[in-house]
Amino acid sequence: MKNINKTTDEFNKIVKKEQPAVNKVSNFLKAYLVGGTICLIGQIFWELYMTLFDYSQQDAETMVTITMIFLGGLLTGLDVYDEIGQFAGAGSLVPVTGFANSMVAPALEYKQEGFIIGIGANLFSIAGPVLAYGMVSAFLVGLIKTLF
Amino acid sequence: MVGIFLKAFLIGGLICGICQLILDNTDYTPAHIMVSLVIIGSVFTGLGWYDPLKEFAGAGVTIPVSNFGYILTKGVQEAAEKDGLLGLFKGVLDIASAGISASVIIAFFMALIFNPKE
Repeated sequence: MKNINKTTDEFNKIVKKEQPAVNKVSNFLKAYLVGGTICLIGQIFWELYMTLFDYSQQDAETMVTITMIFLGGLLTGLDVYDEIGQFAGAGSLVPVTGFANSMVAPALEYKQEGFIIGIGANLFSIAGPVLAYGMVSAFLVGLIKTLF
Repeated sequence: MVGIFLKAFLIGGLICGICQLILDNTDYTPAHIMVSLVIIGSVFTGLGWYDPLKEFAGAGVTIPVSNFGYILTKGVQEAAEKDGLLGLFKGVLDIASAGISASVIIAFFMALIFNPKE
């Protein structure tokens, strides 16, 4: 058993050495650039909704979220978002467009398994944990603030 | 006017860049990153930090998924002030309702319309 473990360790070391070096600086910059640009686009929509359509600040903010979810979902369906993701990494993951992507992509992937188990369940493979922890966290923060 | 666009780019980009560093240097998956961001958004809201951040950076902090944590928690806080303990449950989706409903509805139709690539 000891020998096997040792071999695994050695194997992992070799794998690590042979893997192409991850350029962390370049990845950081790419994520920064794309993520920042998506936020900039969101800000442009925000100003547009407030000036052109006369939404209140709160409603304009919500409209921006819906717009970005629509765009993220559409680009995922068109198979463009994954291409952006290859380049941008977290830059396309962190914005709310990435949240839409995390719902549409697995739902599409498992579409052939049917409407319920395929699309219905897989919409929430990542969104489920996000919403569960978001709600629990919101509840706990609210509870603490109410009690103290 | 131009300032808010620049700040949205700089702050939003910075959040993405930091998350990329975490992905590259740890074993955490994208799902971990998203869940952590939402929890951080929620805690920051509780500490009263998210509103000033939003004031400063606009879409730079409302486009990242941490914003879900913000709107969920803000809804709870506002409802709790009004309805006490019941508000802790009533308020969760008060502000977040539109964003979460839109995600589910839009994502469903996108999955319906499009087909996976070969």
